[in-house]
Amino acid sequence: MEVQFKDAKQGDMKEIICVICPNSCKLQVFKDKKGEVQVEGYGCTRGIQYGEDEYTAPKRTLITTVKIDGGELPVLPVRSKVAIPKEKLFKAMEVANHVTAKAPIKMGDVVIPNLLGLGVEVIASRSMGKKE
Amino acid sequence: MYDIAIIGGGVTGCAIARWLSRYKLKTILIEKHEDVASETTKGNSAIIHAGYASPDGTIRCKMNVKGNPMFDQAKKELHFDFERVGSFVVAFTDEDMKAIEHELKQARERNIPGEIITDIKRIKTMEPNISDKVKGIFYAPTAGLVWPFGLTVALAENAFENGVEFLFSSPVTGIRKTEKGFTIQAGEKQIDTIIVINAAGVFADDIAKMVGADDFTITPRKGEYILMDRGSCPVNYILFPTPTIVSKGILVCPTIEGHTFIGPNAQNQESKTDVRTTSAGLNEIIVGGRKLLPSIPIRSAITNFAGLRAVSNRNGDFIIEPSKVENFINVAGICSPGLSSCLAIAEYVVSLVKDHTTLKVEENPDWNPIRKPQKRLVDMNEDELSEAIKERSQWGRVVCRCETVTEAEIVDAIHRPIPCTSMDMIKKRIRPGMGRCQGGFCTPKILKILSRELDKPVTEITKNDKGSEMVFARTKQLEIQPWKGDKP
Amino acid sequence: MRRFIETDIAVLGGGPAGLAAAMIAHEKGAKVTIIERDFELGGILQQCIHNGFGLTYFKEELTGPEYAQKFIDKVKASGIEILLDSMVIDLTPDKTITAMNPEMGLMKIKAKSVILAMGCRERTRGAINVPGTRPAGIYSAGTAQRLVNMEGYMPGKRVVILGSGDIGLIMARRMTLEGAKVLCVAEVLPYCSGLVRNFVQCLQDYNIPLHLSHTITDIRGTDRVKEVVISEVDEKWMPIPGSEKIFECDTVLFSVGLIPENEISLKAGILLDKTNGPMVNEYLETTVPGIFACGNVLQVHDLVDWVTKEAERAGENAYNYVSNLDRGGKLLKPIRTIPGENVGYIVPQRIDHLKEEKLVQFSFRPKSPDKDCIIEFISRGKIFDKRKSKHIIPSEMLNFQIKVNPEIVESDITIHIKKAPPKVTQEEK
Repeated sequence: MEVQFKDAKQGDMKEIICVICPNSCKLQVFKDKKGEVQVEGYGCTRGIQYGEDEYTAPKRTLITTVKIDGGELPVLPVRSKVAIPKEKLFKAMEVANHVTAKAPIKMGDVVIPNLLGLGVEVIASRSMGKKE
Repeated sequence: MYDIAIIGGGVTGCAIARWLSRYKLKTILIEKHEDVASETTKGNSAIIHAGYASPDGTIRCKMNVKGNPMFDQAKKELHFDFERVGSFVVAFTDEDMKAIEHELKQARERNIPGEIITDIKRIKTMEPNISDKVKGIFYAPTAGLVWPFGLTVALAENAFENGVEFLFSSPVTGIRKTEKGFTIQAGEKQIDTIIVINAAGVFADDIAKMVGADDFTITPRKGEYILMDRGSCPVNYILFPTPTIVSKGILVCPTIEGHTFIGPNAQNQESKTDVRTTSAGLNEIIVGGRKLLPSIPIRSAITNFAGLRAVSNRNGDFIIEPSKVENFINVAGICSPGLSSCLAIAEYVVSLVKDHTTLKVEENPDWNPIRKPQKRLVDMNEDELSEAIKERSQWGRVVCRCETVTEAEIVDAIHRPIPCTSMDMIKKRIRPGMGRCQGGFCTPKILKILSRELDKPVTEITKNDKGSEMVFARTKQLEIQPWKGDKP
Repeated sequence: MRRFIETDIAVLGGGPAGLAAAMIAHEKGAKVTIIERDFELGGILQQCIHNGFGLTYFKEELTGPEYAQKFIDKVKASGIEILLDSMVIDLTPDKTITAMNPEMGLMKIKAKSVILAMGCRERTRGAINVPGTRPAGIYSAGTAQRLVNMEGYMPGKRVVILGSGDIGLIMARRMTLEGAKVLCVAEVLPYCSGLVRNFVQCLQDYNIPLHLSHTITDIRGTDRVKEVVISEVDEKWMPIPGSEKIFECDTVLFSVGLIPENEISLKAGILLDKTNGPMVNEYLETTVPGIFACGNVLQVHDLVDWVTKEAERAGENAYNYVSNLDRGGKLLKPIRTIPGENVGYIVPQRIDHLKEEKLVQFSFRPKSPDKDCIIEFISRGKIFDKRKSKHIIPSEMLNFQIKVNPEIVESDITIHIKKAPPKVTQEEK
């Protein structure tokens, strides 16, 4: 049993620090012989899900600013409504860098309706009035 | 053709420029940096010494003794921050006591007020936090504090208003002797002048060498300093340890703005530009400072910096003399007590111009010794401030909260006779960013105000000289153009 | 001629603490005036555009501006008096405030109670005595954050960051996303002082190295930063010669701690603790009666949710003060709280009133990280309460509501954080 584990780990084992709570468990995540994702080193069951997600498809919320026309500030903070695949963050930044919002705007207003065709909205993080 | 060209816009050069401006002369001051007070004047103890300390018979002794009393009149005319707070030389041992007795003797001979106090209770009342090991002190009440930037800017502005021209960002790279005088290569410009006054600080020997007037050398001596926050370790007097041969030692003193100042150490070096602070140096200062004031809380430091003193190879004395090259006057090796001496030096240099050059010197009947200072919030009472805001709303917007500087003051500084074009220039006039947060909150605001007033994009605003741009680019394809917000 | 304003409660600062305190006091029925120095409400949250806020208070994950907006909308709709672009320049013990702004000029505001909510400032390079030159390109992380997130300027292209606190980590990610190269983060402590989540998502995600037990030992460059030298430090934080690493860069960001901003508090004669925050009692009342403190001006928080909760208590207590509510049980000698083993500081510093058993909120920080701890509350040499904590780190504040009973507690309360004795499991028995 143990031998099998070691063999399996050698291929594509990843060390992932669990960020669910401050305990920061060091997870070892790998695919077993059957190709199923296995998580070891977790302190609680929440770590299993986190480890699986981080291993197979890590996601992050896009947090940035976009240019805003006529606003009290030149830039408006925005975020993706849900997390997007981690590897798409820089592509998403490129999109955001070329988008211009228009003041006045309300928190939650959609700034980018369909980010990179992912079906994810990017929304204003705050309301911003028009510059007087 | 200029009558006189002064090389160097430190406090010495500016004092000379101001003194010359009372005569009918065409004078120009050439400065390497974008502003006056950019090297030695920028990093020193900011003390106007009483004058008892320098050895008898030296030029620096003569200049200090003469220069100290001149500050009262100059303050009346030029309106800069100066206060006679008095100094202590602190003795811890019997040997130290002998040394301060010697200082008392010198003070008496030079008619400088002073006394030795050995009543510990009295010393402790005057300076409650002084070390318990104190045996006695030499108290010199005429020692004072000045804000070197304020003083230098005041001298320069008054000189400017009386006709002296200023050429900034123009390093002198060559001087050629001509039939009528000299041609100076200053930056892109060539300046023709009859007389040259070399007040180039640590570079004075290099400048003199350009015409063969270098019968001296200058060694830069670095001194590091730490500035402590207001209220963190208050002192009432300038506290010197008993001096050694190399320097007056690491002192602790209040600053004119109410901070506490510790330093300097003394380190001779080759480089004339290296003003780095070092871990070892800063440690040395803390250890030294704590000998006088044991309670210095190092976590309350605001900033640290270093300055270079220009030390001559003539026993460290000042060199103020016509050189062997006719009409070329050296004002070199102005180390400590240079700041205290600057007004006396200026007067003396003008007498040299009169006596040792071919120039005819006539009084200028239109000379105005009064420099109208910039209006500041810190000098106003509530009624005055209230009126000022009503007249101009910018007085109501505090930009720098640590030093309480308003937008009006920053805008005014930008439009002074010698206009401010950088962050440091504004700082050197009205102090935003010099307080406890060191510009953390006000930097973005001042950048924008400079951008608007100078009609230049923020990306072109510098900290000081060219190449010190504060920000590189805009995010999000924003246009690079001057800021246009908050017009009054 | 000066404008004169009378109010029940003046709130100094319109950030998260000021907003929450003002809102509660207003809801209770007091006339409230907020004085804010910036052109808008929201305080530092407006530049903290990242997410991770609100999980405790709102039970949802919000960005800084979103968290602020929720309060701003409520406050704006409430009719609370808001003075923007306004700087407080003086505060007296009798609660007269001198403030000014461009439109209204110099103002005198007479309040029955004052809530201090001015927040904090960043510790500077000078305060930690980092040597080197002083060229352009040296910023505190918060200043850079404001420039990037609110003003739309990039302060640098190649960046070294000192300090692994959350702001430092978050700026590493932010600068990277905006196209800068962050060469490394150096941290003098042997552990990352920010949240693990930020370490993973701000540094690991972008392969930004974190050098623990390292500090900056030289900054080079005359006009603009050219190079930064970092060195490993020993356990006394002294640089180890020979361990220097040189980074070619144009920018250094300092993220080396926050300091409560209490210059105004000092003007009112309020006594400060060694943390630089005011000494308060169990009602968050400072040493000047009727002046309360909350948020980062009182103690630097790691979660804004706790700021809000603390501010709401301050707002309620200020309301009770102006309505002359009798607290009862005023002690002749206050009960002092004393930080014991592995405790950095405690808020409140004293308990002024104790008639019968009551709940007191204690906030404190451990000095160093530890696992499986027992937190002991001791008075008269006896443990009168204890709590367990699986994991403690200095960057995470500990908050406990503890029953304090006058029959048990007397003169002072000491709090210790101790290692729990190893568990004896069933099998071992």
